[in-house]
Amino acid sequence: MDYSINEIVILSGKGGTGKTSLSAALATIGDKKSIADCDVDAANLYLILQPENYYKEVFVTGFKAAINKNICIDCGKCISYCRFEAISNIDGSVCISETNCDGCKLCTHVCPVEAITMKPSNKSRWYIGSFRNGTMVHARLYPGEDNSGKLVNVVREAAAIEAFKLENHTVIIDGPPGIGCPAISSVTGARMAVVVTEPTKSGLHDLKRILELISNFKVLVCVIINKFDLNKNISHEIDLYCKESQIPVIGRIPFDTNIVMAMVHCKSIVEWAPNSPASKEIYSIYQTIFKE
Amino acid sequence: MNSYSMKIAIASGKGGTGKTFVSTNLFQTLQKSGEKVIIVDCDAEEPNVAAFISGHEISNKTVFQHIPVIDTKKCQLCGKCFEYCQYNAIVFLPIVNFIKVIENLCHDCGACSYACQYGAITETEKPLGIVKTFLINESSCFIEARTDIGISSSVPVIKRAIKEAEGQSLVLLDSPPGISCPFIATVNFADYIVLVTEPTPFGLNDLKLSVETVQYMKKPFGVIINSVGIGDRAVYDWLEQNNIPLLMEIPFETRIARIYSEGKLLVDEDKTYLEQFINLYKIIRNGLFDQ
Repeated sequence: MDYSINEIVILSGKGGTGKTSLSAALATIGDKKSIADCDVDAANLYLILQPENYYKEVFVTGFKAAINKNICIDCGKCISYCRFEAISNIDGSVCISETNCDGCKLCTHVCPVEAITMKPSNKSRWYIGSFRNGTMVHARLYPGEDNSGKLVNVVREAAAIEAFKLENHTVIIDGPPGIGCPAISSVTGARMAVVVTEPTKSGLHDLKRILELISNFKVLVCVIINKFDLNKNISHEIDLYCKESQIPVIGRIPFDTNIVMAMVHCKSIVEWAPNSPASKEIYSIYQTIFKE
Repeated sequence: MNSYSMKIAIASGKGGTGKTFVSTNLFQTLQKSGEKVIIVDCDAEEPNVAAFISGHEISNKTVFQHIPVIDTKKCQLCGKCFEYCQYNAIVFLPIVNFIKVIENLCHDCGACSYACQYGAITETEKPLGIVKTFLINESSCFIEARTDIGISSSVPVIKRAIKEAEGQSLVLLDSPPGISCPFIATVNFADYIVLVTEPTPFGLNDLKLSVETVQYMKKPFGVIINSVGIGDRAVYDWLEQNNIPLLMEIPFETRIARIYSEGKLLVDEDKTYLEQFINLYKIIRNGLFDQ
C-alpha cells in the first residue's frame, strides 16, 4: 500500500492574485478531495466550500508574559533583558505589552521576586468539515497571535489524514501570501507548487521572490497567469521569465467578472459558470496537474 | 499626540485589495503638494512600492539578528539553555554528548546566553534583510524593508525600517497583508489605520478580522472600498451597521488596473484623483485631531 501523500500547494507571493478562487475550482472538479486552507491569517476558502459537521480544536499558539502587580517591586530588571521592547515603565509601574511579547520567558527567569508568569494564548482554532466534494480543514489564527507556521503544519497533517479516509491521497493546499513562515511551512514537503501570478509589475516582482524561495525545496513547480489579458505585455514578460527559469506556465486564465459573481453566490467558478472561458482554462489546468 | 507627528498605516487582511495602490498614490499627492512626507514599505516579504516610486538611494543598511554560538570546550552539557529556549532552537542529546543551535528557529531572545553559567554561549550575527532609503526630493523619501529569501520572520526588518522614519512629521506605512505578527509590528506604530477592502465576500470576511484586530489595539481607523462595481453591497451594509467611516471609494476600471499593472501612479495619469487623495488626507487628519 502506498502511504505517500500527493500535496499540491497553491502559492502566489503577492496577495489577491486568485489563489483561493483557483483552489475552490480545483476542489470542486473530479473525485472527492481533502482541502487544506493554510492561509490561517485570513482564511476565505470556507466561504465557498461551506463545510459542515464540524470538528473543532483549540490551538495554543504560545505563551505571553503577565506581571502580578501585587508581587512586582518595579525594579525594572526585566525591562533591560527583554529584546522585544515588550516591557516598559509607565509612570513608575512596570507593564508588559501583550502585542510585543514574543513569549520567550526570559523575564520570568530574571525577575528577582517571581512576579512574572506565562499565560497561554489559546484563542486560535482549527476545524474539519465535510463539503460537497470532500473534506476541508481550515483554521483561524487569533489576531496578533504567533506561530502561524505551526498552525499551518497542524492543518496540513489533519488534511493528510482526511485524504487517507477518502482513499484518495491527494490534498490541495490553499497557501498564504508572502514568502515568510506560513508560506515556508505550506511548501515544505509538498509534491507540487502551483504559483498563481497576475500581469502587473508587482505581480512579476513577487513571483520572482516566491520562485526563488521554492527553488530551495524539492518540489515540482509550475505557474499560472491569472487575468492574463489585463496586460498582455507583462504576461509575455512573465512567459519569458518562466521560460528562462525552465518553469512551465500551465495556464493563462482570462479576466472574468464571473469569478467574483461565483464568490458572491458561494460557488466556485466551475460550478457557477462551467462554460465560461475562465472555467474552460481551469479544467485544462486540472488535467495538467492531475494527469499522472 | 501632537500635530507635528502622524503615522498612517495602510493595511488590509486580504492581499491584493490595493494597499500599495492607495499608499503610493497618497504619497505622490502629498509630496507633490509640498508636504514633507515619508513612505515606508513594510511588506518586507514582497515589497512593491519600488515598482511605483523611484528615488536616489542614500542609505542601505543590513538588519541582523543575534544567533547563539556554543563553545563545546566550555559547555558542560547541563541542558539549561535547552530548557530555557522556547523555540526548539537548541537540540540537546545528552546521551551522545550532542548540543546544537538550529539558526532558523532562533528568535534572538537571549534566554540561552542568560541561562548558561559556564560562559559557553556567545552571540554572532546573521543577516535578515535590508533597509534602503531613497530620496525623492529635498523633503520626501521612501524607505524599503526587504527580507532575504528564506527568512521566516520579517518583523525585525519591519521594525528597523519604521525606526528609520522616526522623528519625521508625516509617515505612511504600507503594511503587509494578514493580521499576524508582520501586520501587528507595522500598525502598532501607527496613529491611524486605513483599511483597504473590496466589495466581495472575501474582502468583507478579511475586513471583519482586521477591524477586530485594530479595535483590540484601540487604534482609530477608517475604510476605503476599492474595485467598486464588482461584487455586492454587503461591505457597505456592514460598515453602516457598525458605524465605521467610509473614507473613499475607488471604482473598478480596466483603465485603472492597467495603470497600476505598469507601475504607474493614477494621480500622475488622471489629475482628478489628486483632489480625491487630498480629501482622503484631510478626512484622516480631521478624524485624528477631533478626538
